[in-house]
Amino acid sequence: MPLRLCESARSMATVTLDGVGKDHGKAQILGSLSFEIADGELLVLVGPSGCGKSTLLRCIAGLDELSRGRILVDGRDVTQAAPRDRDLAMVFQNYALYPHLTVRENLAFGLKMRKMPAAEIAQRVNDVALLLGLETLLERTPQKLSGGQCQRVAIGRALVRTPKAFLFDEPLSNLDAALRTQMRVELKRLHQRLGATMIYVTHDQVEAMTLADRIAVLRQGVLQQLGTPTELYERPNNLFVARFLGTPEINVVDGKELMQKQFMATLPDRAVKVGIRPESIHFVADGKPARVDLLEQLGWESLVHLDCDGVRLVARVSANAPTVGATVGFKIDDRALHYFDRDEKRL
Amino acid sequence: MKPSLAIRISIHALLLAACAITLYPVAWVVKTAVTPRQSFSPSPNPWPSTWSLSNFRDVLGTHQGATWLFGRQLLNSLLVSASVTIVGVVLACGAAYALSRFRFIGRDFSLRGFLLSQMFPGVVTAIPLYILLDHLQLLNSLAGLVLVYSTTAIPFCVFMLKGYFDSLPHELEEAVLLDGGTHFDAFFRVILPLSRPALAVTALFSFLTAWNEFILAATFMSRPASYTLPVAMQNYVGDFSTEWGHFAAGAVLVSLPVMLLFFALEKHLIGGLTEGAVKG
Ligand SMILES: Nc1ncnc2c1ncn2[C@@H]1O[C@H](COP(=O)(O)OP(=O)(O)O)[C@@H](O)[C@H]1O
Ligand SMILES: [Mg+2]
Repeated sequence: MPLRLCESARSMATVTLDGVGKDHGKAQILGSLSFEIADGELLVLVGPSGCGKSTLLRCIAGLDELSRGRILVDGRDVTQAAPRDRDLAMVFQNYALYPHLTVRENLAFGLKMRKMPAAEIAQRVNDVALLLGLETLLERTPQKLSGGQCQRVAIGRALVRTPKAFLFDEPLSNLDAALRTQMRVELKRLHQRLGATMIYVTHDQVEAMTLADRIAVLRQGVLQQLGTPTELYERPNNLFVARFLGTPEINVVDGKELMQKQFMATLPDRAVKVGIRPESIHFVADGKPARVDLLEQLGWESLVHLDCDGVRLVARVSANAPTVGATVGFKIDDRALHYFDRDEKRL
Repeated sequence: MKPSLAIRISIHALLLAACAITLYPVAWVVKTAVTPRQSFSPSPNPWPSTWSLSNFRDVLGTHQGATWLFGRQLLNSLLVSASVTIVGVVLACGAAYALSRFRFIGRDFSLRGFLLSQMFPGVVTAIPLYILLDHLQLLNSLAGLVLVYSTTAIPFCVFMLKGYFDSLPHELEEAVLLDGGTHFDAFFRVILPLSRPALAVTALFSFLTAWNEFILAATFMSRPASYTLPVAMQNYVGDFSTEWGHFAAGAVLVSLPVMLLFFALEKHLIGGLTEGAVKG
């Protein structure tokens, strides 16, 4: 195994955002973002399409200029530095491999630009090819590669340079579902192995949850919450984060309605909306009766759509799925409830 | 699924007919060229009844005093066309790239200006250009002709290349920037090599514009020694009689380099333009 690469890849760094903001004309794309990506951390930036994830990544890379704030790599202010002086590597959504160069030349390009001796280039290219399983593809051009192989080359092109940090912009979104899952695992493994600092952008919350050390949820250029996947799932700061993470989506019910229909006896002060995770609904014989509206069977678990007195809920149960049209008794796990105020903030 | 035999036969018949219609006048020119007379043959048969190279010998052998006129005119045509090609492609490359990738003051104005200059037929400018060239003492000079042709070639080349550059994803250059290169590296190492098909088309167009142009050359060039080939051919068409045999032989000779150029660039012209740069 290319141990050499793993060792040299440990030229890691922290990336610090200090009040980073970006405007396009009058439109504010990014508000004022301040957080730090720790040494060796895999931070996932997640949010719906158009929330400014790519813009933020491009700002960090130096491809877009900031309107406000500073960016520091390893404590050094790089706000004004050209992309090539930041020593970061980026993997683009469309891979952006050089179409006229072979895989080997694609991998070597960045090293040649940096005037590395030919022997070392060859060594590194071979190491990366070995690491990513590209040995047999080195003489091909990108046109003759599959989507997954292109993706690997794109990652290889970033790896070979052993940059301070890696930036990924939705790298898996052009792959089919099966390959996406496979590459996700490979990326996670790669990160564990190299322990490099990575910033990973995606709109896919499953990708975010499975890959991340920490997740930053972005909405219209404003940071909603930053924390580990578990923290975000169990204690979402607001309704947006609660809704964004988790499949199926969290059930959100009006607090008053729940009181009226006697789902619960008390409601905390100022609670307007109540969030109920699908897995915190349990079926019990003496529970509140509800009609089974629809059943989605996934094999190892089932999603049961319930209609209880006009309130629609989705429950996730592992076995003994009831039949459609049947009436079942259910109970909500009180401790798993999420209360939100009028501004959709967590109480 | 393969189309049925009947359909394939009719498609081929149609294509053959189209080729025949297109090539008929060409065959006729060839016939006139190899027939050792200076008159038209009234027969519709495009196949020559006699074969002779005398017309070619006459055209190739034109002399004015001690100078070999045809050779001189061929050289003129080649020099002018090659210069226009080089000037056109080199200048258009840089301009098109800047117009495609950067936003700067005067960008929209330049684009509109280029477009505007394409809207007038070249002849309209013949008289003002004549006066200009006269002032610059560039009448009867190849440099003057190169200058004039470049004004039509460059705008076209710029639009052609800009369209192509626009189709290349920005990420390619951004990848170079992150890989440690500069904008120059991105342009010379990635964008230009990728643009070979577009460059071939633009080069061919520039060459052809200059090679085939007649009216301006005839206006600005008054000495046979500074004629380009189209102007020289015109001289076989006289006021009272026309030497059709010589004219046809000259036409064939003039077309040869163009045909060679097409064959040489064929690989780039066909298919190359549609090749995508990024897998989607
Ligand atoms: N050059 C630009 N001019 C104006 N608005 C832009 C420009 N680039 C991006 N935007 C806007 O910025 C917002 C964020 O874009 P982007 O960062 O690409 O979102 P994401 O990657 O999260 O989908 C979008 O609303 C988009 O319309
Ligand atoms: Mg994006």
